Amino acid sequence: MAAASTTGAASPSAPPLVAPGHGRGLADVLRYRFLLKLLVRKEMRVRYRGSVMGLLWSYVKPGVQFAVFWVAMGWFLRLNDTLENFAIYLFSGVVVINFYSEAFGNATRSVVGNAPLIKKIFLPRELFAVSSGWVAAVHFLPQLVILLVACLAVGWRPSVWQLAGGVLGFVIVGVLAIGLGLLFGAVNVLYRDFENIVDLMLMVATWASPVLYDWQRVAAVVGGPDSLGMTLYQLNPITAAVELFHWCFWYPTTAGESPLPPHLLGTGLLGLAVALALLAIGQAVFRRIEGRFAQEL
Amino acid sequence: MTVTTTPTTATGGTLSAIEVDGLVKDFTLRHNRSLKELAMAKLRRRPVADTFRALDGVDLHVRQGESLALLGFNGSGKSTLLKLISGVMLPDAGRVGVRGRIAGLIEVGAGFHPDLTGRENVFLNGAILGMDEATIRARFDDIVAFSEIERFIDTEVKFYSSGMFLRLAFAVAVHTDPEVFLIDEILSVGDEPFQRKCLARVEELRAEGRTLVIVSHDLDMVSRLCTRGVLLEGGRIVADDTALRVVARMRGQDPDEAEREHARRQEREAGAGAPPHDDEGPRD
Repeated sequence: MAAASTTGAASPSAPPLVAPGHGRGLADVLRYRFLLKLLVRKEMRVRYRGSVMGLLWSYVKPGVQFAVFWVAMGWFLRLNDTLENFAIYLFSGVVVINFYSEAFGNATRSVVGNAPLIKKIFLPRELFAVSSGWVAAVHFLPQLVILLVACLAVGWRPSVWQLAGGVLGFVIVGVLAIGLGLLFGAVNVLYRDFENIVDLMLMVATWASPVLYDWQRVAAVVGGPDSLGMTLYQLNPITAAVELFHWCFWYPTTAGESPLPPHLLGTGLLGLAVALALLAIGQAVFRRIEGRFAQEL
Repeated sequence: MTVTTTPTTATGGTLSAIEVDGLVKDFTLRHNRSLKELAMAKLRRRPVADTFRALDGVDLHVRQGESLALLGFNGSGKSTLLKLISGVMLPDAGRVGVRGRIAGLIEVGAGFHPDLTGRENVFLNGAILGMDEATIRARFDDIVAFSEIERFIDTEVKFYSSGMFLRLAFAVAVHTDPEVFLIDEILSVGDEPFQRKCLARVEELRAEGRTLVIVSHDLDMVSRLCTRGVLLEGGRIVADDTALRVVARMRGQDPDEAEREHARRQEREAGAGAPPHDDEGPRD
């Protein structure tokens, strides 16, 4: 335990012999909350080192991005005519993908990136993947603020259920990113090819979900809203999360004329189940490979 | 040697702090990793990888409060053994058991980040070494005082000289509170006054009854600091005796003569009242 025992080795009740190097995985991360907090803070400090505006940058970037969407896509490309408040539709999907990309991508690189530490000191290595997810969540916040400001400006009135849907979407993405991050972060130690594979996956992720288009276009091609193709499309947890974000942020700003994607709540819960299953798999693979980290890095 | 699980050892009823039984560690040396190279190796029926046995059946029990020197020339498996005891690596065969909290001073400054200030690094490194927030806060002043860099504690570490960096890193490491300390080649940090201070602190830790396992090539230092010495050669233990006798053996001296010489020197020092710190033994 981390509790200060000033008596040291002289304590009468001797602790049992324990085999070193066998942590309890993600459960240990909870015990190392303080270190997790410091690792997250370190990431934030390092990212904005030597910058005058600091964290303000993470507001400026999504703000400009949203303005570009609004002007170029909504007005110039006239996408507002096909989909009401297109910029908000687009942005509420983009923030999901941004969060997912940063969390998953950085978690994948976190093990190799912390090689000096992993080779020298035993820690629950899951900490590095979890802290990547946490840092991504911190960067998600300013984007959320920009999104909320835009939503409120056009008369956003969400119901409690819609808000709960947004939270569910966020949880799905967070769990999925850490689960896949553990999986690929561990395999990446053995074969660095996986960094590139993850980059590819993230590139596809933007297009595999209804971020830049709406779900009806997919339904029209694969054979209707209740076809097998559509079900497969909706099995992607990211698709579920993006649709939940649309429902939470975009839908309450419209007249409510666009049809909702089929079984929105069901696909959301299924997405969470898939994400949790991948987290369990990721953790299992991570623990299998973990014993070889120090010698492979 | 037989593998026993009883905690008591032959000498007295003291518990063991570290139990290592039949430890084997292999390293895989992969020649190449790219797809093309793998395919070529397959075609030419060349082995894709070689294994190298770094530790070959090591049995070692360390009692609580003992200070053990792991000795051996480069590549004998000392550092690998230390990494297996700390849990950074896992054994291929055999068993390692450690009683109580363990801290590896395996490389000071691992986990220091150049863009953070000294203060932030003390907290980060302390947490990495297993201290909780309250403990670090309570010991912060001691750590800074020990490192003697009070003026620069809020400066980013990248502006530190290498000596200042090592001082701070070492100060954090020796203020952790584990039952078992693993120390790898770090007592050679800083200038001589600071080195002396580090040694004094390690002596203090030993006096508190903590278990020390020290790897160093400074044979004079370890024979002064450690009660027991274990000599590794090619991944096996070839000698296990007092540190003084093992060091003498490594130097090709007669262990009995070395012991008599040591006793004479101690008598002289006790007579003269000199501090037991001057280096007079031959170096290699």
